Amino acid sequence: MSFKTNNKVVQWVEDRLPLISMGHHTLYEYPMPKNLNYLWNFGSLAGFALVTMIVTGIILAMQYTPHVDMAFNSVERIMRDVNNGWLIRYIHMNMASFFFIAVYIHIMRGLYYGSYKAPRELLWQLGVVIFLLMMATAFMGYVLPWGQMSFWGATVITNLFSAIPVVGESIVTWLWGGFSVDNPTLNRFFALHYLLPFIIVAVVVLHIVALHTVTSNNPLGIDMKGPQDSLTFQPYYTIKDLFGLGVFLILFAGFLFWAPNYMGHPDNYIPANPLSTPAHIVPEWYFLPFYAILRAVPDKLGGVLAMFGAIAVLFVLPWLDRSKIRSCKFRPVARVFFWIFLLNGLFLGYLGGKPAEGWYVVASQIATAYYFFHFLILLPVILPMIERPRELPSSIHEAVLKS
Amino acid sequence: MADGANPESSAQGSGETRREFLYLTAGAMTVVGAAGAIWPMIDSMNPSADVLALSSTEVDLSPIEEGQSVTITWRGKPVFIRRRGAEEIAIAEETPLADLPDPQTDDDRVEKPEWLILVGVCTHLGCVPLGQKTGESRGDYGGWFCPCHGSHYDTSGRIRKGPAPKNLEVPPYVFLTDNSIKIG
Ligand code: HEM
Ligand code: FES
Repeated sequence: MSFKTNNKVVQWVEDRLPLISMGHHTLYEYPMPKNLNYLWNFGSLAGFALVTMIVTGIILAMQYTPHVDMAFNSVERIMRDVNNGWLIRYIHMNMASFFFIAVYIHIMRGLYYGSYKAPRELLWQLGVVIFLLMMATAFMGYVLPWGQMSFWGATVITNLFSAIPVVGESIVTWLWGGFSVDNPTLNRFFALHYLLPFIIVAVVVLHIVALHTVTSNNPLGIDMKGPQDSLTFQPYYTIKDLFGLGVFLILFAGFLFWAPNYMGHPDNYIPANPLSTPAHIVPEWYFLPFYAILRAVPDKLGGVLAMFGAIAVLFVLPWLDRSKIRSCKFRPVARVFFWIFLLNGLFLGYLGGKPAEGWYVVASQIATAYYFFHFLILLPVILPMIERPRELPSSIHEAVLKS
Repeated sequence: MADGANPESSAQGSGETRREFLYLTAGAMTVVGAAGAIWPMIDSMNPSADVLALSSTEVDLSPIEEGQSVTITWRGKPVFIRRRGAEEIAIAEETPLADLPDPQTDDDRVEKPEWLILVGVCTHLGCVPLGQKTGESRGDYGGWFCPCHGSHYDTSGRIRKGPAPKNLEVPPYVFLTDNSIKIG
């Protein structure tokens, strides 16, 4: 590698532990395609969000009490009495949402530009694993303040496992550590909520090792063929990532200081009451599309399978999409269906927040069917028959010069 | 283990099988040992002795009027007690089993027809159905209605419509006297 130093101490460390040259390689000379657009910022934004969650979370954990009689009040104490407690909790609450916003855009970027295709299949699958771990972490975090939505969200979601034939009930009792969501449940959720983010960090490291093995995709979806196609990470993308971070933080500050509860639910400021279910239980907004899929199927086990299936199809997507062309820029039909898929996903999110009655139910069923149609029929069967991709440019460099 | 075998011993035909046997038994013992070590940890998450100890509750039924419902707690869950009127009992008894997604006669669900005792937890995903308080929706079948995903239960607590797969559970209980029961 091109890392060189005249400093004796640095060289001494380097000969024993090549940490500095690794850092130099990843953040300095690592070659990036030179045509990336701003959609390539969301990976580093998600990383920033993860670090923020861990830092604010550890500070919250110093003040929080995981006991059914004290959890709600300990959070209120954080909000009223602890120095800057309101700020730290609101950062943790709102950054959880922004983390999901960043990751959803990051995923959509991957879908549009075909970043899941060879040789990036494992990179993509590690991403799906991170997404699953994030959902588990956020779900358990939302239980900790022990409000009405915490309690009933935990009840409904843990009960999903009772749909498993034969052993379902025993699994649910085991998850709860009792016969309903109660103190043992809150305790273990706190332990796991503390643990999982660090597991996410570990998977993120693997995600990045895989990324650096196969290098970044780009809006054209063609490979870098030489130095004329790339730029070094420093200073070009360090500065672009930092600029993106600035914009992200301005938006974040808008929510944090002016509408900190906008993305939450007021019922979670009512202490948990195991004897009374709120009229409409809704999960946090980032779960709504999957919640709509769960409710669309009028059968308990079927609904649960559809919900997990919605993520399972992402996991096998690299083999469902049979086109050799990565970027939708050169796929005139896939591009149209990408936008339909995105709108359908947003519509599912809207439906997930509505009560399961009347036309909402029928609409969720249609939208759910469309979701699976996209992955299971459109991509593998229909598109290969009807789509004629446009001609690819011969290199990134040439395409950049032309535009 | 073919790559581990040296040509001489496999020529004799004895060394390889002996080594394979050792691999296999050692491997099997490791699996048994690991499972034995992991099980206590998994089992520690099951309900503990103190949680199990809280598992029975006595209830005095005398203050409950006909047509009235009360909710009590048992094992952290709501239990519905409804003193049914003659009409409600008749509807429940006359419903043909063919109309029920989870067929069960009313008789199988009560000790005394007047007293319907149920775990007040929707068998879909665990919400507490409405219908205990006056003014709350009782659903299309006059029993309970779960607002979470729209399950309707009848006057015997049986599922009639919606995503819930089973009837509301009847907890184990005995009449201690004519006017009091012990649940659990
Ligand atoms: C992947 C990273 C994380 C995510 C997505 C996440 C998400 C959440 C969410 C959604 C809440 C509920 C906020 C509310 O409505 O009050 C929460 C609460 C909490 N989290 Fe996290 N969290 C993460 C990391 C951590 C870490 C590393 C800790 C360290 C122990 C932590 C500690 C806490 C505590 C103590 C609470 C309860 C206080 C409160 O409700 O504000 N979190 N988390
Ligand atoms: S929990 Fe009652 S209908 Fe879903």
